[in-house]
Amino acid sequence: MKVYVPMDSAAKALGAEEVVAALQEAAPEAQVIRTGTRGMIWLEPLVEVEIDGIRHGFGPATPVDAAAILDGSSAKALGPVDDLDWMKRQTRLTFARVGVIDPLSMDDYEAHGGLAGLKRALTMTGQQIVDEVKTSGLRGRGGAGFPTGIKWQTVHDSDAPQKYIVCNADEGDSGTFADRMIMEGDPFTLIEGMAIAGLGVGATKGYVYLRSEYPDAIAVMTRAVEIARAEGVLGENILGSPHSFDMEIRKGAGAYVCGEETSLLNSLEGKRGVVRAKPPLPALEGFLGRPTVVNNVISLATVPVIFEKGAEHHASFGIGKSRGTITLQIAGNVARGGLFETGFGVTLGEVIDDLAGGTATGRPFKAVQVGGPLGAYMPRSKFDAPMGYEEFGAEGGLIGHAGLVVFDDTADMLGMARFAMEFCAVESCGKCTPCRIGAVRGVETIDRIARGDADAVTILTDLCETMTDGSLCALGGFTPYPVMSALTHFPDEFSTTKEAAE
Amino acid sequence: MQSAAPTPTEDEIAALIESNADLEGPLLPMLHALQESFGHIPRPAMQMIADRLNITKAELHGVISFYHDFREAPAGKHVLKICRAEACQAMGGNALAEETLAKLGLDWHGTTINGAVTVEPVYCLGLCACGPAAMMDDRCVGRVDRRRMDALLAEAGA
Ligand SMILES: Cc1cc2nc3c(=O)[nH]c(=O)nc-3n(C[C@H](O)[C@H](O)[C@H](O)COP(=O)(O)O)c2cc1C
Ligand code: FES
Repeated sequence: MKVYVPMDSAAKALGAEEVVAALQEAAPEAQVIRTGTRGMIWLEPLVEVEIDGIRHGFGPATPVDAAAILDGSSAKALGPVDDLDWMKRQTRLTFARVGVIDPLSMDDYEAHGGLAGLKRALTMTGQQIVDEVKTSGLRGRGGAGFPTGIKWQTVHDSDAPQKYIVCNADEGDSGTFADRMIMEGDPFTLIEGMAIAGLGVGATKGYVYLRSEYPDAIAVMTRAVEIARAEGVLGENILGSPHSFDMEIRKGAGAYVCGEETSLLNSLEGKRGVVRAKPPLPALEGFLGRPTVVNNVISLATVPVIFEKGAEHHASFGIGKSRGTITLQIAGNVARGGLFETGFGVTLGEVIDDLAGGTATGRPFKAVQVGGPLGAYMPRSKFDAPMGYEEFGAEGGLIGHAGLVVFDDTADMLGMARFAMEFCAVESCGKCTPCRIGAVRGVETIDRIARGDADAVTILTDLCETMTDGSLCALGGFTPYPVMSALTHFPDEFSTTKEAAE
Repeated sequence: MQSAAPTPTEDEIAALIESNADLEGPLLPMLHALQESFGHIPRPAMQMIADRLNITKAELHGVISFYHDFREAPAGKHVLKICRAEACQAMGGNALAEETLAKLGLDWHGTTINGAVTVEPVYCLGLCACGPAAMMDDRCVGRVDRRRMDALLAEAGA
């Protein structure tokens, strides 16, 4: 009997290890296979039992459910997992294998389409590889949505004794966990994507800069690199070709700003994670001053399927200039939270009312912060906004890394605006004044508003303009998004009618 | 994980410095290795790293103090990180953090008198669909309520 239980940190955080122990005790002969998570976090730990080749789900499981799950009598039975509404409605390109395979089995990986992309890329020239990525329409999933093929072209065209592929796995945004999920659930996809990037631009060395807050992902990725090396996917003459590519996992040290690419490169070099002025672009002078591709985990992990199924296949999903899929991370106060991958274009309202099923508390929805701590708070009036980079931007929003954090009507929006400024102050790298000082003054100004000082609203607005226009990077530059959106959409909470306490 | 290890010898420190010295960008891996072994960056390591990498001690201090992770003095036996970021706030994370700190009589970064637990803020653990979240050493915990927090603290001997 085959039983599948996720080893994803979210599943473990909800008791997966205890469930595994109970299953093993109840049925010592059962084969328990650890997987990533399917992304239905409200059902974790989700146990799957294979019956006649079909995986049936049971969840959320607790240790006392073990015996009933194994004999099929459990009230937590959900039926075949692939038939669940949440699974059926997705377009899983990047996450196709996550939750399905044993993350550290190269055989499993290959049996589910893995390495097909790399094998195809090995028959192509660097320029053909770059062109394929351009045709796919892939844009950076780390936040800025920059066309990946164009970035690769710059590195491809540069001439240097050594080039690098750096994977940005710093995933610091609240409400995001797609990078973590794929690194824990299908690490070979990222490795394959980085290898293809290396072939494309002529880089033989890669680094994954992985945040220290993700010890499980670090362990899985480290092991996966060792396995890939042993299997000839990394190292000299990859898959028997004349090409070489190898990579290392590097651990961050707890600084949000190190997700910003130039700060990340400084950190990787062993310096303070201070933002560099651009130009020069990292593509020309990146790690150790050499041409460097810096891409987000999801950008790179989407590359293999582009080469496996073809650029046109990828480009056939999405809307406008946002091609392919958006890996929505639905978080915060929601009835159903988790990862949902679908073509760009889904509306905000569909995601929150329909997919997420409203709030976890059952109270009315109040606001959703999209795109991390630098993203805007959107009220219900924005629910028709389609989730594409340009389309969502036109509504004053930011897709960012596609995390959505939902709040119910008890949320204190002035408090959230204050938190945005406080976070910016804590995490500022200190290089530019609008961010370093502006954020501190921002907290103070919001405190003045809270005390009933009407003039302070104008000062806050003015301060936000200065931060937007004068900051070196998007930390200071975008902190005004959450602050000003809270102020614009929830003016009552900043109103001075509540009398000053003094 | 974090252990109040005995004072490290110069040989032990030198070995960890050396084993990372040939990496491209060796400083962060070195600091992590030292902290993993000794629970903090031991004082004698400062001059040794500076010499090995040909940087000044001031520069090195600049790097260590930039990152939230590195500490120049040992933490408690266990480190409890409580998520303060937005998704956890949406699920009552603030109240949980305040209550926990009050119960232990600590501020952020404080250590219980018996040295069992240091409490640190963290901004997102990637457990945002099952908040409020916390991490005890390397172990993640989701949907933390008062009962789960009490159990965690009891286990850690706080
Ligand atoms: C303050 C700040 C934090 C960022 N954090 C991340 C991050 O955690 N992960 C990420 O991929 N990109 C992050 N970015 C964006 C990167 O600077 C960069 O645009 C990205 O890594 C490029 O990869 P992509 O083109 O594949 O998206 C951040 C940017 C800023 C300004
Ligand atoms: S916001 Fe707390 S785990 Fe992400």
